[in-house]
Amino acid sequence: MQIKSRIVNKTLYILLSGELDEYTAPKVRDDLDRLMETEKGFVQIVMDLSELTFMDSLGVGVMIGRYKKMKQLDKPIFISNPSRVAERIFKMSGLYDIMPKII
Amino acid sequence: MKNSMEIKFKAIAENVSFARNVVAAFIMPLNPSLNEISDIKTAVSEAVTNVIVHAYPKEEKGLVTIKVNTKDNFVEISVIDNGVGIQDIERALTPFYTSKPDEERSGMGFTVMESFMDKLEVKNNKNDGLIVVMSKNLSEAVGM
Repeated sequence: MQIKSRIVNKTLYILLSGELDEYTAPKVRDDLDRLMETEKGFVQIVMDLSELTFMDSLGVGVMIGRYKKMKQLDKPIFISNPSRVAERIFKMSGLYDIMPKII
Repeated sequence: MKNSMEIKFKAIAENVSFARNVVAAFIMPLNPSLNEISDIKTAVSEAVTNVIVHAYPKEEKGLVTIKVNTKDNFVEISVIDNGVGIQDIERALTPFYTSKPDEERSGMGFTVMESFMDKLEVKNNKNDGLIVVMSKNLSEAVGM
């Protein structure tokens, strides 16, 4: 798993590349939390999943965990470019109610 | 045509990717669609993750067995462990139920298996552990 980020117009764009599963999740959680803590000057986050080649329901837990942390800081997170599988799992879980999908 | 395979490996997180990719490789001769491949990989990943997280609570992790039987376009995958089993299977199958809510787990594993496959059966093994049997008809398969 690789994580890249950039800030444009006060939006923190996070690009997740690779496979998100039981093996990679702990590091993804740590890396995302560190990124969200160290980056300054953003008011919202866009998670770009266009390069996420695999995800199972673990992805929901990872997203909700990050949502809870950012909610305390009043910074919304949006999901962008989910794969077909990710889309189905997110819809089933109701994740889009708290982390809306944007184009 | 009938075909079958069986693999056994240690129930550790490193092997989740191995497990789903082996199953995907095995069903390739049936010419599944890309969607069917990713559905099956996701379901296998859920089942194996369940074994890793729940079946063996002790330090020393046991084994996971995966058996795959195919007949024409029909795929049946069994994921078997020798762990602690599930006391209340009905509750475990309830969407969003998780016995480990503090670990950021969504409790959606069985729900995902159920919706990505055609059929899901979960039962405790006679001696010990759990058997998860899931099957799918590859209706989108391109044929031989």
